[in-house]
Amino acid sequence: MLLRSCLFVLGLFLTTTSSAQLEIQVTRGIDNPTSIAIAPFAWDGLGSAPTDFAQIVDSDLARSGQFSPVSRRDMLSLPAAREEIFYRDWRAISTRYLVIGRVSQGTQLRVDFSLHDVERGVELFSGQVVSAESEARMAAHRVADSIYEKLTGIPGAFATRLIYVSVTRNPDGKDFYRLTVADADGRRPIVLLEGRDPILAPSWSPDGKEVAYVSFESSRPAIYRQVLATGKREQLTNFQGLNNSPVWSPDGKSMALVLSKDGSPDIYLLDLETKQFKRLTRHYGIDTEPTWMPDGQSLLFTSDRGGRPQIYRYELATGKIERVTFEGRYNARARVAEDGRNVALVHQRKGRFHIAVFDLVTERLTVLTETSLDESPSIAPNGSLVIYATKRGERSVLGAVAVDGGVKFSLPARSGSVQEPAWSPMLVEQ
Amino acid sequence: MTTKNTLGKAAVVVLLATLVSACSSNAAKEEAAAQAATERAAAEQAAAAEAVAAEQRAIEKEKAMVMQEQRETKRRLMDAASAAGTVFLFDYDSSTLSDDARAAIDAHVALLMSGSANARLEGHTDERGTREYNLALGERRANAVRDYMVASGVPAYRLETISYGEENPVAYGSGESSWSKNRRVEIK
Repeated sequence: MLLRSCLFVLGLFLTTTSSAQLEIQVTRGIDNPTSIAIAPFAWDGLGSAPTDFAQIVDSDLARSGQFSPVSRRDMLSLPAAREEIFYRDWRAISTRYLVIGRVSQGTQLRVDFSLHDVERGVELFSGQVVSAESEARMAAHRVADSIYEKLTGIPGAFATRLIYVSVTRNPDGKDFYRLTVADADGRRPIVLLEGRDPILAPSWSPDGKEVAYVSFESSRPAIYRQVLATGKREQLTNFQGLNNSPVWSPDGKSMALVLSKDGSPDIYLLDLETKQFKRLTRHYGIDTEPTWMPDGQSLLFTSDRGGRPQIYRYELATGKIERVTFEGRYNARARVAEDGRNVALVHQRKGRFHIAVFDLVTERLTVLTETSLDESPSIAPNGSLVIYATKRGERSVLGAVAVDGGVKFSLPARSGSVQEPAWSPMLVEQ
Repeated sequence: MTTKNTLGKAAVVVLLATLVSACSSNAAKEEAAAQAATERAAAEQAAAAEAVAAEQRAIEKEKAMVMQEQRETKRRLMDAASAAGTVFLFDYDSSTLSDDARAAIDAHVALLMSGSANARLEGHTDERGTREYNLALGERRANAVRDYMVASGVPAYRLETISYGEENPVAYGSGESSWSKNRRVEIK
């Protein structure tokens, strides 16, 4: 009996995670993606390898839209060491690059891999990734990161994670919310918080170890922070009115957030050590959706002080506020790339809400999406992709688009809605 | 002698009996008088009590009538409030109360003023635009209803406002028919 109930609980858990899991569908790549072959990695260890490392690298590079991986069935040989490579086998199937690798099991996993230029018949790069065996998938993503950086000049962001809110409709017609963290490829979802009350505005700590979010679980909105590894949780605010939009400062010492306790929604700064609040903006209009510039010297935020929502900048040293966006009637929920230049935001055009990128230097705004109810943009830590939420029928799904508009893919859940994605910072190796 | 004695004894007995009877007749009279007095007092008391009870009954009756009236007023106010509905709708991107919304809120103000209950005002938006900005718009709508109620005499401390933004739609689906139902403040 005990065993049966245990199995029931386990079964429930699996169902939960599998329905929350995202599936990636690449909808548009670049015109001439580079052909690359990832030969199966050799395994030096007991039993079989904990995961198919080459397959993970293959999927990561395919998802970038910039590479077209060679199917394993088309490979004429399966080299795992330099001396096993016959470049003619790869030239014969028009492969531009080849990756080989070997995984060794010790107290930790060690992945040795190398990248080869097939045309020139030379090794371009060799590398090594070490990880705990439980983090085998992350080790494979790190291999993909290295290869991506070698070939594009941009650091890869495959070994990163996403937080998002999944919403399913219970049989009683009520919505059920789950705050979920998963690998950037949608795999290994873990539910951090679940319940019948809305959860929104999740954001990452700069070290990638904690998240902050708004939960209505007390029948009022309140801001919480939660440690991913332990689940330890702390309520940060519980004021009358709005408690919204928590975003960590780049140094991790404070948090910008929105409170309306003094009348209208304004931006506040919470010192996480002293727990002191400092009011930054003071306007009868709506000030909300703060986001940090990477240097931590200023914040961008949404305000309707000019009549319609637009992006403004607040300088912390002086308290000076200046308007940033002027094009169109609605620009909101900005997120700044690590380069401090590209700003992803929600832009309204002809009544439709799109994801756009605003260049702070040229002040040019480029619309990236064609769908009409797009929101919650979040930029990958390498600045290459914007992930966002959009509507597909009555469901909300995640989409991703390259900052240059070239590549697009979607990450729908198998059931229910997915919304409020937030891309983690680059994660330190564990 | 025996006869004389007997007669004498009988006479004594008669005399005694007469005396006794005379005495007992006096006592009965006194008793009757006392009883009459008691009865009078009781009657007076009863009359007084009756008067008090009658007054009490009148008070009770009036009280019942007042309460009935109050109940009827309350019921009328509740009927009016429920007829007015608990949902006040708004135009797109607006927190201005329409005439319909004002009329409906007036019914709830009258009901709130007739008692001491608290009310919770929940602000909502449609799905268009960003979630966090919509939370602020929802709050603005809830505050617009609160401010109108306070201006109409409801003490502010009895009103709680909360915004759900676009998180709790009543109509799913993307289109004005759903959106117009979702742009609302609900009184609870």
